[in-house]
Amino acid sequence: MKIEDKLSLNKFDIDREVHIRVDEEKCKECRLKPCLYACPAECYVERGGRVVFSYEGCLECGSCRFSCKKGAIDWVNPRGGFGISYQFG
Amino acid sequence: MEKFDAIVVGAGPAGCAAAYTMAKAGLTVLVLERGKYTGAKNMWGGAFFGPVMGEIFPEFRKEAPVERFINRHIISFMTKEDCLSIDFKSYHGDEGSSPGFIMLRAKFDRWMSTKVEQAGAILATGLEVTDFIFDGSRVAGVKVGTEEFPGNVVILTDGANSLLAKKAGLRDDYKAPDLKQGVKEIIKLPREVIEDRFGVSGSEGVVMEFVGACTKGLPGGGFIYTNQESLSVGVVVQLSALLENNVKASDLIEDFKEHPSVRPLIRNGETVEYSAHLIPVSGVAMMPRLYSGGILVAGDAAAMVLGTGLILEGANLAMAAGIAAGNTVIGAKALNDFSALALSQYESLLKESFVMKDLQTFRRAPHFLENPRIYNDYPEWTCAMMRGIFNSTGKARRNILEVVKESMKGKIGLMQLVGDTLKARKAI
Ligand SMILES: Cc1cc2nc3c(=O)[nH]c(=O)nc-3n(C[C@H](O)[C@H](O)[C@H](O)COP(=O)(O)OP(=O)(O)OC[C@H]3O[C@@H](n4cnc5c(N)ncnc54)[C@H](O)[C@@H]3O)c2cc1C
Ligand code: SF4
Ligand code: SF4
Repeated sequence: MKIEDKLSLNKFDIDREVHIRVDEEKCKECRLKPCLYACPAECYVERGGRVVFSYEGCLECGSCRFSCKKGAIDWVNPRGGFGISYQFG
Repeated sequence: MEKFDAIVVGAGPAGCAAAYTMAKAGLTVLVLERGKYTGAKNMWGGAFFGPVMGEIFPEFRKEAPVERFINRHIISFMTKEDCLSIDFKSYHGDEGSSPGFIMLRAKFDRWMSTKVEQAGAILATGLEVTDFIFDGSRVAGVKVGTEEFPGNVVILTDGANSLLAKKAGLRDDYKAPDLKQGVKEIIKLPREVIEDRFGVSGSEGVVMEFVGACTKGLPGGGFIYTNQESLSVGVVVQLSALLENNVKASDLIEDFKEHPSVRPLIRNGETVEYSAHLIPVSGVAMMPRLYSGGILVAGDAAAMVLGTGLILEGANLAMAAGIAAGNTVIGAKALNDFSALALSQYESLLKESFVMKDLQTFRRAPHFLENPRIYNDYPEWTCAMMRGIFNSTGKARRNILEVVKESMKGKIGLMQLVGDTLKARKAI
């Protein structure tokens, strides 16, 4: 099952405000790109050697926060009430 | 703004137990939860163990949204093509008296937080606490954006990904080697199919744990728990191991579902949710300061999780710690003293309870569980041994000891085995 299909089953209230920002300048010098393996929702993908981040499918686990050693990830929770709402958990 | 006796940040098991304890004693309590509703942000494997639930909610067996009572545990070593299991079934008393039971967080948290409101606490959802109000170095309430909520004490129960424990000066951020990442799918199946496939009836339930190929040999494991009309299927892996080995948990769970011993269990099931969460797993080694002036921390935010490899317990420790925090605040309120010294009672209560006793007893377990042989060599060896024992080649059979020796060759040294066994004895 593809990750997009799985995420489409979840209930999200996506905020217009972006809660995680990635400084792509810093990513240019990052060889190993550990964020790609941190994210269980595959919000970080590599395209043409660059890391592209999208916040919409974020499950708010926090893993990427602990993966980047270059300080490129500015991480906060979505505003109260927004983001993922698990129906089962 | 009214000043509360206590403000609780986060309505998980720790926060709800603390709030319930204090509200029942007549304190004014405000609980703030960032989810749209309680439970919205939470996931877990789903097995609750021990008597603490009954101590705080004596009626829980009738009231709580229990999916199934656990009467069967299956522990499996798996390689890519084999699976060797220990299957323990237990039928003491009626099914409802089992010490373990399975629940789902969306329902469990909502049930608990309703109890909290009924006891008189105020619960506000959809509000994320972003900072504290400080009076000198003492915490004197919380902030939600620009809005301030003053309180005599803050009980911090904001979970594994706490951003506030650091802001309160209680600890540094957790680190990747001390965290495991869990991913899980809820897979719907008809109740009769679950009962037939898993050999249970009525409200009986099964927890299955897997070690080995399900994490590509990385520290962690796979699990399948039976709910009433769905299965919780997931994988838990050390976060730093994912990063260092370029492995994604989203791929591991797909492989796990395809394993020949798992596929028939979930056949024709429909995935209805995919979730992920962190777990702090290094126990006492990663525990923060538990209190300072005007603040206490409990549950995952304070790394109160017990992992012995065979079980993972966090919710029961979180609840017991929440009760201890609540009782500490009740005592502090009686003396109208919320200083660090007055709140140090919390640590004493925790030391007397199973929370700190268990975490102390198993303090070596987290390090022991990093041993890669547990996830690679031992599953490979034990499965090779079983293959050897059951294999019929048409040639003369060798005795079992020779089969065992043969299966160990190139996989495991006798001294390693003895060493690991001794370490296991000390650690778990
Ligand atoms: C995959 C997995 C499997 C597990 N399996 C088991 C198991 O089988 N048995 C078991 O006992 N334990 C298990 N655990 C561990 C268990 O889930 C935790 O130990 C337990 O939930 C901890 O409770 P808590 O109240 O401390 O934190 P949480 O349950 O995480 O609750 C924290 C709450 O705080 C809220 N919050 C966070 N930040 C803020 C903020 N700034 N403002 C307002 N609200 C906030 C969150 O939304 C959340 O509701 C598992 C965990 C995982 C991830
Ligand atoms: S790890 Fe950090 S710096 Fe490297 S690619 Fe990812 S976000 Fe960018
Ligand atoms: S918080 Fe978790 S789900 Fe969200 S982007 Fe980071 S790693 Fe992915």
